[in-house]
Amino acid sequence: MAESDNDIVKMAGIYKSFPGVQALEKVDFALKKGEIHALVGENGAGKSTLIRVLTGVERPDRGRITLDGKEVLIKSPQHAQELGISPVYQEINLCPNLSVAENIMIGREPTKFGCIDWKAINSKARQIIQRLDIDIDVTQTLGSYSVAIQQMAAIARALEISSARVLILDEPTSSLDAHETRQLFQVMNRLKRDGMGIIFITHFLDQVYEVADRITVLRNGKRVGTYETASLPHMELIAHMIGRSLADYDDMKKTKLESGRRIQGHTLLEAKSLGLAGAIEPFDLELHAGEVVGLAGLLGSGRTEIARLLFGIDRPDSGSISVNGKGVKSFTPLHSIKRGVALCPEDRKADGIVGELTVRENIILALQAGQGWFRHMRMQQQYEIANKYIRLLHIATPSADQQVKNLSGGNQQKVILARWLATNPQVLILDEPTRGIDVGAKAEIQKLVLSLAEEGKACVFISSELEEVLRTSHRIIVLRDREKVTEFSGEVDEHKIMYAIAGSGS
Amino acid sequence: MMPGYPFKFDRKYLPVIVTILMFVFAFVAASIKYTGFGTFQVFYNMLIDNSFIIISAVGVTFVIISGNIDLSMGAMIAFVSMVAAALTEKVHLSPFLTIPLVVALATLMGSGMGAIITYFKVPAFIATLAGMFLARGLCFVISIEAININDPFFRDVALFQIPMPGNTFISINVIIMLVMVLLGIYLAHYTRFGRAVYAIGGSEQSALLMGLPVNRTKVLVYAFNGFCSGVAGVVYSFYLLSGYGLNANGFELDIISSVVIGGTLLSGGFGYVIGTVFGVLIQGIIQNIITFDGTLNSWWTRIVVGLLTLLFIVMQRVLTFKSKSRVTKSAT
Repeated sequence: MAESDNDIVKMAGIYKSFPGVQALEKVDFALKKGEIHALVGENGAGKSTLIRVLTGVERPDRGRITLDGKEVLIKSPQHAQELGISPVYQEINLCPNLSVAENIMIGREPTKFGCIDWKAINSKARQIIQRLDIDIDVTQTLGSYSVAIQQMAAIARALEISSARVLILDEPTSSLDAHETRQLFQVMNRLKRDGMGIIFITHFLDQVYEVADRITVLRNGKRVGTYETASLPHMELIAHMIGRSLADYDDMKKTKLESGRRIQGHTLLEAKSLGLAGAIEPFDLELHAGEVVGLAGLLGSGRTEIARLLFGIDRPDSGSISVNGKGVKSFTPLHSIKRGVALCPEDRKADGIVGELTVRENIILALQAGQGWFRHMRMQQQYEIANKYIRLLHIATPSADQQVKNLSGGNQQKVILARWLATNPQVLILDEPTRGIDVGAKAEIQKLVLSLAEEGKACVFISSELEEVLRTSHRIIVLRDREKVTEFSGEVDEHKIMYAIAGSGS
Repeated sequence: MMPGYPFKFDRKYLPVIVTILMFVFAFVAASIKYTGFGTFQVFYNMLIDNSFIIISAVGVTFVIISGNIDLSMGAMIAFVSMVAAALTEKVHLSPFLTIPLVVALATLMGSGMGAIITYFKVPAFIATLAGMFLARGLCFVISIEAININDPFFRDVALFQIPMPGNTFISINVIIMLVMVLLGIYLAHYTRFGRAVYAIGGSEQSALLMGLPVNRTKVLVYAFNGFCSGVAGVVYSFYLLSGYGLNANGFELDIISSVVIGGTLLSGGFGYVIGTVFGVLIQGIIQNIITFDGTLNSWWTRIVVGLLTLLFIVMQRVLTFKSKSRVTKSAT
């Protein structure tokens, strides 16, 4: 590949895998001098992993990284910083108990006669802060300032490292309001004019269009493509992120959503004007026995928020839910379990498996929780249930006594699924059940969801992969910007769904 | 108060200021109530009697600021005094060899605990507890009974009185204590090591990501604490002129509570050496008041100190500014 003189960083053929999941597969990425390059993709696409490789937190399994044309091996975060690669993460990785000036300068404090020169620290810090056009007292503790200012301090630190030429901003605007975001963009533009290369990771696509020169889209660990922002229509970007290329859609006939038997099942769950300020606008939703309802939409559209409300993790501040005709009064997961509602959460590692416990223990967990502390399930019964689901779901494990953390991602997901199936729910909510799982296991789980519906359950299937949602749902609900936009059923035009997800500005 | 940069009143100084004010208040109140209390000599005596605790507490301040804990101080002080006594009296080693040797030994033991905590990820509580048992056990291996120190150098230092204005005096131990306190202040505010300690205490994760030498700093913190225990042990042997396995029994808890009363947060990231000094002095003044009173059981010292420690921890919670990190709504 011809090396452009203008590239500060070039990553070629990067592979990275973790137990059970290929996080990056043959990913190329190049950053030019004086450009703001957006890196977009849904969760699990590989953005974080790519950045962790660039900043020395992880080593790639295969691939080359070149800096200014010279190949480098990035050994550690410290090494990456020395090379001029400065990351600013979403969680402000500074020390709130130290002053702003000290946070900016620590590790490289100027000294005088063997003593730290505080005057110099404070004046240098003031200089850098001024470069960002912010007016604060650098001697005050960092923790006494707002998150926006703390972020500016983090950027200031990243810049202070004298040879910083690559600035990586990971979701910098998540905690900023409109005014603060504009301030940040002003700073970014100023730095870009000075020749800095900035990698801007965000899921706010309108911000991408506002400030980025080029966009690289990642999906499922692979690079979909790199595009000039000015010549990439909004809808095409979304198509690249979650579906097929727009050209493919033109060739396709309409898709018929799986209908199988006519969905005549009674209403298992009904949500009326259910909403939570800041999370999701009030929406209506009906779940019938025997159907799979897909929730489609981008990151940030409110899908998980709906799942959390339906399962009782969050308490709504408007509207009502009724299960089997009975109104819901208490919103806790335990009561949801007792009512026959189950949720397979999005973050398997954090909210799902208990790695140290065995397959059996993980599977019977929700069941036991439903029964309480004192009605302990007999061992024999536990093994029966565990083995039943190991067989049913083809969970690849030597035995029910294997620790779950040793299983592959796909099998871990099946264990979580088994846990909730064991509670014999009527309503099963699945949030990104196929994320980070290989293709074969994905297909298995999709088939499983459809067969559960045939047994008479109601399933909610949330996924950022549009194809998956289309293949698995009887009905599709589209969300955008934390609002339910529309419903699709019967024969659907994928193009239309894409429009609905993208909204105006295509 | 803080040399080097302009003093700005910040809420974080409040616990230390409260401690100092408490001490002043107690001194003034006691002077009014008890005749003979309000003299410089009484104050100097407090310094003399508590110099070894202050020295050890300086090291512990660093440990706690870094977010860790150490339980081995009392045992180390006893061990150092025992080895010093044994080397001087049984092996007849010159004090000029003995003293550097025991301080080096203590520093080494401190580094050892630090290495186990940092590289083997053994919880600090356990590692230093083990160190404590080891040090005390070794004391009794060296000698079951006390060893009295008759060496002339030790005796001269112990009895030497440095004259102060107004016909008062202090001892050499106080000078050593002042040197150690100044060393502590210098390290804490004027060296990269000290700032790294504060950073690690504030957020070890952030310190790591900011490229600070976290592991090295953590080991050094315990090495320095070992060094302080060593010096404290030497000063203690000047003070008692004996080495005995039961010396300094339970002192680690007094030291830790002094550090807390001195305004250092147990959770790490905040604290000042000067605060620790006054934390120790407050314990000292309580003990003194009880002695002067004559009617109270000396165990009241422990009770009052315990209540004060509790009070200070609560006050720290209330006064520490809330961390303003807004919960970032995770995007889904």
